[in-house]
Amino acid sequence: MKANRVARSDPRWLRAVLISVTILFLGLFLFLPLLTVFLEALRKGVGAYFASFADPDARSAILLTLLTAAIAVPANLVFGLMASWAIAKFEFKGKNLLITLIDLPFAVSPVIAGLVYVLMFGAQGWIGPWLEAHHVQIIFAVPGIVLATVFVTFPFIARELIPLMQEQDTDDEYAAISLGASGWQTFRRVTLPNVKWALLYGVILCNARAMGEFGAVSVVSGHIRGLTDTMPLHVEILYNEYNFVAAFAVASLLALLALVTLIAKTVLESRLESGEQANEAVAMEMVHEY
Amino acid sequence: MRALRFKHSSVLPGFGLTMGLAVLYLSLIVLIPLSGLFLKTATITWHHFWAIVLNPRALASYRLTFGAALVGAAVNAIFGFIVAWSLVRYHFPGRRILDAAVDLPFALPTAVSGIALTALYAPNGWIGRLLAPYGIKTAFSPLGVAIAMTFIGLPFVVRTLQPAIEDLDAGMEEAASTLGASRFQTFRQVIFPFILPAAITGFAMAFARALGEYGSVIFISGNMPMRTEISSLLIVAKLEQFDYAGATAIAVVILVVSFVLLLTINLTQWWFSRRLGRSRA
Repeated sequence: MKANRVARSDPRWLRAVLISVTILFLGLFLFLPLLTVFLEALRKGVGAYFASFADPDARSAILLTLLTAAIAVPANLVFGLMASWAIAKFEFKGKNLLITLIDLPFAVSPVIAGLVYVLMFGAQGWIGPWLEAHHVQIIFAVPGIVLATVFVTFPFIARELIPLMQEQDTDDEYAAISLGASGWQTFRRVTLPNVKWALLYGVILCNARAMGEFGAVSVVSGHIRGLTDTMPLHVEILYNEYNFVAAFAVASLLALLALVTLIAKTVLESRLESGEQANEAVAMEMVHEY
Repeated sequence: MRALRFKHSSVLPGFGLTMGLAVLYLSLIVLIPLSGLFLKTATITWHHFWAIVLNPRALASYRLTFGAALVGAAVNAIFGFIVAWSLVRYHFPGRRILDAAVDLPFALPTAVSGIALTALYAPNGWIGRLLAPYGIKTAFSPLGVAIAMTFIGLPFVVRTLQPAIEDLDAGMEEAASTLGASRFQTFRQVIFPFILPAAITGFAMAFARALGEYGSVIFISGNMPMRTEISSLLIVAKLEQFDYAGATAIAVVILVVSFVLLLTINLTQWWFSRRLGRSRA
């Protein structure tokens, strides 16, 4: 055992150097920017900080961000569940192509995601004239913001669920069906409990991105204060008006959201890992029983 | 069941419903809008398309975007390896917090990282102030763009390297040491070849992400055409002038490069996993 440890351990000086570089690099690139957000927001005191949220435009930006996430996350959740059920529980041709297509929005830059909706629904877009004739406005309005957000957060939940459900085979579901459960009962009582932590993990990441999306939403929003401004867009407007305290105050709320997301992510990751270990333990027991 | 012959039969219900709705939703949200982009390109004449994408301002934006993304990914490949190695191999106080914090650039909205980095690196900011006396301009220069792209690419490199370092076979390092290899030789000849695929993948992912980045860059870059204007911003600038053809042409260039990059990443991974699988067997 001792030789083992010596063979895999680095000299003490190297260890010290690498740990110092790690702390310095992460401190410089991660902690300093995060700290800056809160320090700049509180630069003129707590009073000025909270006064930033009394502004009606800031409030409507917060509400629009909450509304957008409240539509985009459930929409992608329902899609994620349906796609993973079809992909993980059945064998069919073209499965890998479907998985690749679901991941596609990750490969599209946010600005381009916004652009494709402008080309589709904008005044000069493919169906823009028809929409205009029927007095439906999507671009430079709330529906466009929601659509762009749905696009950029599209794969988050599905890509957490698909690999996990593929790993867990269909034995449990077959048992439930053969015992007389309906398809819906099987899904609710058997499949869903098996993937609940991965589901929550996907929802948290999806929500963080939905509330924080900037590029795609910026292209379709039109930046109308109080109407089509989400929180990240409002940060930009305030910043460009040199209203730094208010900009960083709104930004600090988004930074808090990011911190909560990171904590939830870390907690869930340990749960997911222990879940995997539990599964492995069960599998080992089954092997022993044979 | 003839219609569903592409699927193997199963006693589980709901395939038609879930598959149908999932494909419908995928088409409406992703596939149809994206194909609209390529259809729009088809309405531009060949000559006009090249005139747009090879315009000096567009070329300057590619140079900046690709150059800064390359610098960012290279910095991340080196420091990301040190970070990943320390987090996996060493135990020190604060390790778990640092490990969780690596994902911050994913979780922090890009506009927030953008204004925070600008405040830090502006000539009157904490870091900008230290560098200004030496004539080093970070914010509002190409260097600022590279800093922002380093920030957003960091998690990709660290998170792809960590599992690779964890999976290193202890026996091989022991064998190398027993056979008289120095720690450095072991690293160069045993460890390095095994983590190289992960390092390349992480590098390419950070690079691809940086190419399309917008929010965290536009505040620190200063956005001067020909000097500090990234391609994403050029797309937005063209859109704001209602130049849809121009915006689309630049977007297609960026999109095709990202797709090719991701395809290469997947192929490399597949090739390396096959090669490693064989050499182990």
